[in-house]
Amino acid sequence: MRAINQTGAAISINGLSFSYDSEEVLTDVNLEVYPFDSICVVGPNGGGKSTLIKLIIGLLTPDTGTIRVFGEKPETARLRIGYVPQYALYDQQFPIAVFDVVCMGCLGKSFTGRYTRNDKERAMAALAETGLSSIADKPFSLLSGGQRQRVLIARALASNGDILILDEPTANIDHESELHFFDLLTELNKRMTILMVTHEVGFASTFFKRIACVNKQVVIHPTSALTGDLIRDMYDGDMRMIRHDHCCSEEGHKHD
Amino acid sequence: MTEFFAALTDPNLPFLRYALLTGIFASIPFGIIGSFVVVRKISYIAGAIAHCVLGGIGLGLYMEKAVGVTWFGPMQGAVVVALLAAVILALVSRHARQREDSVIGALWAVGMATGLLFIARTPGYVDPMSYLFGNILLVSRGDFFFVLALDVLVLSLVWLFYNSFLAVCFDEEFACLRGVKTGWIYLLLLCLAALTIVLLVRVVGIVMVIALLTLPASIAGNFSRNILQMMMYSVLLCAGFVVVGLGVSYDLDLPSGPVIIIIAAIVYLLVLLGGRFKKVFL
Repeated sequence: MRAINQTGAAISINGLSFSYDSEEVLTDVNLEVYPFDSICVVGPNGGGKSTLIKLIIGLLTPDTGTIRVFGEKPETARLRIGYVPQYALYDQQFPIAVFDVVCMGCLGKSFTGRYTRNDKERAMAALAETGLSSIADKPFSLLSGGQRQRVLIARALASNGDILILDEPTANIDHESELHFFDLLTELNKRMTILMVTHEVGFASTFFKRIACVNKQVVIHPTSALTGDLIRDMYDGDMRMIRHDHCCSEEGHKHD
Repeated sequence: MTEFFAALTDPNLPFLRYALLTGIFASIPFGIIGSFVVVRKISYIAGAIAHCVLGGIGLGLYMEKAVGVTWFGPMQGAVVVALLAAVILALVSRHARQREDSVIGALWAVGMATGLLFIARTPGYVDPMSYLFGNILLVSRGDFFFVLALDVLVLSLVWLFYNSFLAVCFDEEFACLRGVKTGWIYLLLLCLAALTIVLLVRVVGIVMVIALLTLPASIAGNFSRNILQMMMYSVLLCAGFVVVGLGVSYDLDLPSGPVIIIIAAIVYLLVLLGGRFKKVFL
């Protein structure tokens, strides 16, 4: 594959461990994400998925080990990351228009945070790309789950980053929105590296190039042609595939 | 009300005109900062700062009357302590996430206790009632200029940092990721809130600060599509409550602070009921 053969990792993690207070959440994590890669991050609740993401975007700092994003520290490289958090975390009554949410993707270039005409044009372009131009002036609070999700993706696109990181974007959205969502991701993957946290592995078979299994440690399943059959072989059946109560280790998966 | 308007033009009652003008111009920071306080859900923090202000007032009174420092009175004390409380609260929210609640509560009570102790040691009779429950009729020429200065400060800083404030209120994590100095922006917001609260203490008193800071903004929130609208509506509502409250309190010979708050609360209740009614029957 073109992406994997390119030299220089988009994200490279070496010997990383992290703990909240005394509880170790991630141990000896090694991960290479290539440019134009698309990785699906799966794992049980509390397995460290969100922690891994927060480490990559520099909101947390590792206890040991290193993280490099395009060869730089996350704190300096994070302007190149477009981040899409879970939309359910937002205050339902916050009075803000869709366009103003998307503009936030352009923050960080000036000291005060005032937008230039160029910023606003980029926000409009991001809205057009996600098919939201017609609702730019609508209040964010009146949108459906699927629409809100797309607004947050548009905001991440307005950042003009090279990596798109999404945290549980398919939670609580209907099936049709989900299909549109993956069409959009396929399009974006042509120019961006995509890393997505999810608990629904079903999508992995159609869109993602690789799966990262996070449960204290991270195990990557490199699959150049991931099909439903292959996943079935790998996970010993569909039912097992959505179970994440197993332990991932260096040697591979141990199923009981 | 006609009595009130007649009194406004009476040359022997200049304090009434000062009160009215102060109230109207003070509504600008009240509405703007109140909107941020409501959407960021920090009215409890605003309450803590308000109660700390009594510590500053006490300190000011003590310095002025017991120590004899003429340039440090209750107003200066209030400003210094309110800003100090804002800095402490910003630091606490940054470093002690789980304990934030307890620290806010402690600061709230310690501020009041310190104030009362200073007042107890201040020679002469000091009535803490006017600080606790406010009396807009006591505002002076100096207060009026403080209001104008605060108007300029709040309007210019909010104009300049509007997007950063909005981002910190809406999604602090994302703002931080975009390189916004969220810690400093939050501190700036709390400091502006602290100065606004000092002024609010003058108008409605410590105990009722939260009400006049949040009620107009909460009412405005029901009709607003964005924060800018919310701010404009709440400035207008706030000015309306102060003017009508002053008039009613003058006509009925009641204390102005509680009258202003009750009027604001009645309007808030009517708006909530109206919204319910619309949902059920229309």
